[in-house]
Amino acid sequence: MSIFVDETTTVVVQGVSPTSQGLYHGLRNRDYGTKVVAGTNPRRGGEVIEGIPVFSTVADAVEETGATASFISVPPPFAAAAILEAAEAGISFIVCITEGIPAHDEARTYNRLVQEHPGTRLLGPNCPGIISPGKCNIGITSGDIALPGGPVGIVSRSGTLTYQALHELSQQGVGQTTCVGIGGDPVPGTNFIDCLAAFEEDPDTKAIMMIGEIGGSEEERAAEFIAANVTKPVVCYVAGVTAPPGRKMGHAGAIISGSKGTAKAKMEALSAAGAVVAENPTEAGERMVEIVKELG
Amino acid sequence: MDLYEYQGKQYFARYGIPTSPGGVADTVDEAVAQAEAAGYPVVVKAQVKVGGRGKAGGIKLANDASEVRAHAGAILGMDIKGHVVRRLWVEHASDIAEEYYASFTLDRPAKTHLGMLSREGGVEIEEVAATNPGAIARIHIDPVRGLDLDTARRWADDAGLDEAARGQAAEVLVALYRCYDEGDCDLAEINPLILTVDGRVHALDAKVTLDDNARFRHPEWDEYAATETDDPREKMAREKGLNYIGLSGDVGIIANGAGLAMSTCDVVNQVGGQPANFLDIGGGASADVMSAALEVINADPSVRAIFVNIFGGITRVDEVAKGVIEALGRVELRSPIVLRLDGTNAEEGRALLAPHLTDRLVAEATMLAAARTAVAMAAAAGSHAVTGAGAERDSEERA
Repeated sequence: MSIFVDETTTVVVQGVSPTSQGLYHGLRNRDYGTKVVAGTNPRRGGEVIEGIPVFSTVADAVEETGATASFISVPPPFAAAAILEAAEAGISFIVCITEGIPAHDEARTYNRLVQEHPGTRLLGPNCPGIISPGKCNIGITSGDIALPGGPVGIVSRSGTLTYQALHELSQQGVGQTTCVGIGGDPVPGTNFIDCLAAFEEDPDTKAIMMIGEIGGSEEERAAEFIAANVTKPVVCYVAGVTAPPGRKMGHAGAIISGSKGTAKAKMEALSAAGAVVAENPTEAGERMVEIVKELG
Repeated sequence: MDLYEYQGKQYFARYGIPTSPGGVADTVDEAVAQAEAAGYPVVVKAQVKVGGRGKAGGIKLANDASEVRAHAGAILGMDIKGHVVRRLWVEHASDIAEEYYASFTLDRPAKTHLGMLSREGGVEIEEVAATNPGAIARIHIDPVRGLDLDTARRWADDAGLDEAARGQAAEVLVALYRCYDEGDCDLAEINPLILTVDGRVHALDAKVTLDDNARFRHPEWDEYAATETDDPREKMAREKGLNYIGLSGDVGIIANGAGLAMSTCDVVNQVGGQPANFLDIGGGASADVMSAALEVINADPSVRAIFVNIFGGITRVDEVAKGVIEALGRVELRSPIVLRLDGTNAEEGRALLAPHLTDRLVAEATMLAAARTAVAMAAAAGSHAVTGAGAERDSEERA
């Protein structure tokens, strides 16, 4: 099993044209085996690009193909509208990788989804996407670094560290059920707790790797959740021990303000919650491999 | 992007938030002219992006032109916590009856906006929160619905503002929320928001942080960006569109993705080195971006070794390899490079680089191994550099 997406997931890619990022990544996802069934472009409805039928709107695409998930990589000024369009069309799982969306757009869009489209889950924005190895890959993760068959579930706030985590495990022959990149923005559609809860429920996930970074209090909240609700072993890594306070480290959310949001505080909270806390991504991989071996 | 007080007040004015009459001055003469225009008495205020100006002597009351001259002369050029004062804000002094606090920011865990209002303004809000938390009235604002005047009025009641101030304060709060929301602020804060002796409510200070991601829809922000003063390395990187933060070590870092860049700094630290910077080349970085990144690192004299750590997702490793090769042709790099390349098209990237590898362009298979090599190279170059500088001095002495 896996969480959020599997071999039955059908994907519509929003914003496809012969030169768009959406098409580039959509084709890579399709090459991986993902069921990419449609694309959208208001000016190209009716065309077929690289074998992908293009519709003017997401609603048309859903009506014609029954797509259940959408993939958004449109530029920041158009991302919020694209997310809402997908939700209004009845898409239940939206992956938005767009980086640089204004925080107010994110906050408004998140609250509109909660209020008007409670059946829709948004992953991102500013995330690498999600991969259930061997079944479905939506986003920009390189499929060949993932290994099907489980038993590890991965959830990460950082893109490239997500790949690093996959790589560390796959190289040791340890597979993954699903790897979710939740993104580093201030208002993520899906957070650590959503993923921890889903992994806890998934019978095939035997252990969870969680990768955090400085800023905000999501890791601390995840620690509380782990202490109260997670029975499976959790290995954590938090990036940014050497980050100076008051400076945004790339992600809009990655900033230490005052005494809050430091990597050290997060690591202590996770450790107190019973998680194994590693000093670097390689060590996190090694600790997880040990745990998986012990599980048998 | 943080605004100076005068910029914050100009931004407030766009949304109808009342402030005192005043203007900016870069010289003593300009300060006097602004004071004459605003009407005495005036307050002369240092424009620096750091707290504690008043305590440092950067805010002074002046009753006439000679006092303005004395204070402006003393404050211009003053060093306040490492920030040199180059500009003043001179405004008409208010007769203050009461000082309040008002702000809006994003409450990330709640995923809604947080408004804070207090009748105890004029001091740091963190101090009020610590000593008298009951004096802060908090409301959560649904980003979809926004803040209306009735809600703002009830909020002013809850905060216990003076009766005479509540109606006007509610209007200011609605305007401040509009500034925060439509104006794409990460933070919009008035401290103090004052009630004057003659019964008027207005902003005596302005603290505004703008969301850089919203710049595409705010052409009016260009003038604020022009006054950003920072580390010359950061300025050069920003001009090249790179996400760079200067640190104090000697190992230059280039990585793709904020998380990996942060982690790379951490790992260099763990193996006994010190990162010279954080540099995230972002997603989809091309050969041009890679060359630009190497140029920025190369321009930092404290860098003694460069660690390029790439895990390909959007960023394809063969593109990165081309960038490194191209940069080597364009720039004469002072420092050796350690490369660690993995992910999308890693095999192609490594193959492209293989013929270029030397003792100054080294490839390592893992992040930890690459960090150790980079730190060792920086240490070795450090000891050479000392000898090198000595040799140079000797030759100068001989000359």
